[in-house]
Amino acid sequence: MTAETLLASLQLSIPELILAVGAMALLMIGVFAGEKSASTVTGLAVAVLIIAGLWLVLKTGEGEAYGGAFLSDPFAKFMKVLALIGSITAMVMTVGHARSAQIDRFEFPVLLVLATLGMLLMISANDLISLYLSLELQSLALYVVAAINRDSVRSTEAGLKYFVLGALSSGMLLYGMSLIYGFTGHTGFTQIAAALTAEGRSLGLIFGLVFVLAGLAFKISAVPFHMWTPDVYEGAPTPVTAFFAAAPKVAAMAILVRIVINAFEPVVADWQQIIVFISIASMLLGAFAAIGQKNIKRLMAYSSIGHMGYALVGLAAGSMAGVRGVLLYMLIYMVMTLGTFACILAMRRKEGENVENIDDLAGLSQTNPFMATVLTVLMFSLAGIPPMAGFFGKYFVFMAAIEAQLYALAIIGVLASVVGAYYYLRVIKVMWFDDAKGEFARTAGELKLVFGLSGLFVIGYVLIGGPLGSAAEAAARTFF
Amino acid sequence: MAFPLLSLIVLVPAAGAAVVMFLRSDDLVRWAALTVTLLDLALAIVMLAGFDTGTSGMQFVERRPWVPALGITFALGVDGISALFVFLTALLGWISVLASWIAIDRKVKQFTISLLAMQALMLGVFSALDLFLFYVCWEAMLIPMYLIIGVWGGDGRVYAAFKFFLYTLAGSLLFLVGIIVLYFEGGRTFDILALMALDLPFEVQSWLFFAFLVAFAVKVPMVPFHTWLPDAHVQAPTAGSIILAGVLLKMGAYGFLRFSLPMLPEASVYYSTLMMALSALAIVYGGLLALAQDDLKKLVAYSSISHMGFVTLGIFALNPLGLQGSILQMFNHGVTTGALFLFVGLIYERTHTRSIADYGGLMKVAPVYTGFLALFVLSSMALPGTNAFVGELLVLSGGFAANLALGAIAVLGALLGAAYLLGMYRRVALGPANVGARFKVRDVNGREMAAILPLAVFVLWVGLYPKPFLAIIDSSAMHLLQQLHDKGSGP
Repeated sequence: MTAETLLASLQLSIPELILAVGAMALLMIGVFAGEKSASTVTGLAVAVLIIAGLWLVLKTGEGEAYGGAFLSDPFAKFMKVLALIGSITAMVMTVGHARSAQIDRFEFPVLLVLATLGMLLMISANDLISLYLSLELQSLALYVVAAINRDSVRSTEAGLKYFVLGALSSGMLLYGMSLIYGFTGHTGFTQIAAALTAEGRSLGLIFGLVFVLAGLAFKISAVPFHMWTPDVYEGAPTPVTAFFAAAPKVAAMAILVRIVINAFEPVVADWQQIIVFISIASMLLGAFAAIGQKNIKRLMAYSSIGHMGYALVGLAAGSMAGVRGVLLYMLIYMVMTLGTFACILAMRRKEGENVENIDDLAGLSQTNPFMATVLTVLMFSLAGIPPMAGFFGKYFVFMAAIEAQLYALAIIGVLASVVGAYYYLRVIKVMWFDDAKGEFARTAGELKLVFGLSGLFVIGYVLIGGPLGSAAEAAARTFF
Repeated sequence: MAFPLLSLIVLVPAAGAAVVMFLRSDDLVRWAALTVTLLDLALAIVMLAGFDTGTSGMQFVERRPWVPALGITFALGVDGISALFVFLTALLGWISVLASWIAIDRKVKQFTISLLAMQALMLGVFSALDLFLFYVCWEAMLIPMYLIIGVWGGDGRVYAAFKFFLYTLAGSLLFLVGIIVLYFEGGRTFDILALMALDLPFEVQSWLFFAFLVAFAVKVPMVPFHTWLPDAHVQAPTAGSIILAGVLLKMGAYGFLRFSLPMLPEASVYYSTLMMALSALAIVYGGLLALAQDDLKKLVAYSSISHMGFVTLGIFALNPLGLQGSILQMFNHGVTTGALFLFVGLIYERTHTRSIADYGGLMKVAPVYTGFLALFVLSSMALPGTNAFVGELLVLSGGFAANLALGAIAVLGALLGAAYLLGMYRRVALGPANVGARFKVRDVNGREMAAILPLAVFVLWVGLYPKPFLAIIDSSAMHLLQQLHDKGSGP
């Protein structure tokens, strides 16, 4: 690699470099300033993320870097912006809760920045090796974060469970990658696709494909690799759960889209049936298993499993419209999820303890009409009722599925969403139809801001959907 | 583009809902809602006054781009099929505000917002010329209606609200799949007029016909998709029942007229006997169920199923008499059943019981109330001189022409109607004055009269001089049949 190409490569990855250097600098600040510096470090971490995001939007060009291992294209930019917004929002939401959730250590923001770095690299990965390294960077940071409240049994259990199952899935991923490398002789996505076109598919390669898809399905918590999700969501401190539910899903979905559309484009029929299966299974499990939940964090865990199923409907179509659907779905899903978790964080009794049961929301329409209205809007949106944003997300993926003539998938999907509507309605029912049990403490300003904005987005999507749709379409055109 | 009258009609209630959000006192909210709905009614009258009965095309058409990339536009327009429903919605909107004046005493603001949002969406459904816009309005309506039933309803409101929501959602989502298929089959457009000009293969038409049928049959409701209706009607507050019976049920039948018949003509012709049989079943079954009810609201609810059976019977008779009759009958049913629910609500406010057995001799304590009740009961059983007579006569003539046996069954339903309605009236209004002894019942006051009178006017107007109403319907209905038989004479 000449100095010139190295410089060009560095230029394309400046946002990632900002995060990497920033994370190390923050670590130093934390170490020297001691335990009390947690809130300063959090503020600086948010600043680092914002700078990286601005650089990404304003200054970063397009092209290949590091010998084809790293790719900067409209798709990557779109997903990176989403991941950064998710991370920044989740980090802002932790501010007021760091102490009560016992995550007021300076390592926490540093780990989140590192995880975000992993996500950005993963979204840009164009090679099996860079994919694996970035995925592990993200996962290792998240394992620690899940268990960060080390005095809590639940948090420790969540972290351990996440680690064991995550390590297993990484193993599967790696095994699949070695098979793919063995049968094609390449690790770069472009070269793999070329080799597949030239030589055709072989059984060993399909094995590899299945293992890779299984490993990635674990990361987006699609059925049948979803078992960790409810426990980790419930056990981890709520601000951590909010982080888990948004940005990492976006990043994992991005790499899943890229690997199947880019590297395995020649064997569409093979991966399509796998995606269709995990999509249907996720939608159904997400719908039915959530019905019995009492804890709202567990409910959201099953809800996110279901939503990943819907997003995969778009991917199963394997078309431009499908990828556009996935992008819009992830955008809308992320906004809804962050808003909902902001509301969950605001469920704090006057005595100072946080509550997590759905029944604790009883009568919220009387005690806190603003929050109740926003949460109602978000729940209708999660259920996919127009004119809320969630409807448009579902609409785009189902449209892609029908265009690809996957009628059975579309019909099972809509029926699952009827079942899913039931438990969202139940949350609304508790807030509006039941009588109040007790009031919540004053909502912190930053939470109000987050759920207010996300409620506004969800309602206003009708008006701003056009430009967002065009942006997603431009990003999806990367592949077609 | 001329004055955007239709946009105004649709957006006035929505804007009203937004304004109400910032009002503090309950009385202010009520008066604001009344003003908004009255203004909307005035606009709807202006629309009808300017309506050209000579053409079958869309009038007051407006088009604005919305999501150009997907061919979605904000397009509104009315023809002879939808004009009356726009007017009916505006009329009942005003009446439901009056009906909930004292019946709703908590969370008045939220209730009013739901009511006004509901009205905007219903008007959107009837005037949409874009299938996507239609669908958004159609399904968004679930949100306010769910809240109206669930928050302000009776004791079984939670069950009823969930049942209503999930039932309708299941139907609607299959409809959505159908819409998307239609979008791709029809050359990637949501323009309703362009889709009407399509000539799809019969197999596609059949699939779409059943996808649409599920949605519309749930809304109408046709037996066997009707079980949500008694629960929802009984538990909903009066205004909710009026809207449900008066407007929401019409949307299913309107869907048949606007989508199934013109867009899927071959399938509509092919399955018309099946549809007529289902309608006849609904007429008789609904009537029998109504006959067995002790709860006033349930009785009216089941009678709705029976009456909507006449409407769908007329539609799928696929001849001029049946079609005109069913459109007129939809309007009539909105007026009459809306009035009956209003009357049940009025008496329930006074006695807090809906059981027919608790009543008797109401005429002695509330003569004006029972007098008007008699009018609407007679209208509901289609006595000559009332509105429903004209509609039912046309529908039955059309029904007989299309299928003698099913027409005969439908007449049986009309007989049943007389039985349960007269029986109800006898047990409530006549006989010894039970009710006066047990409850303090005052007669109707001015506000209630303001809600009753316009409905009474339409009962007699349509009953005695239906020509202006039929004139509105005529050319569009004829055009629809022309379209249908030109394209639908396939297999």
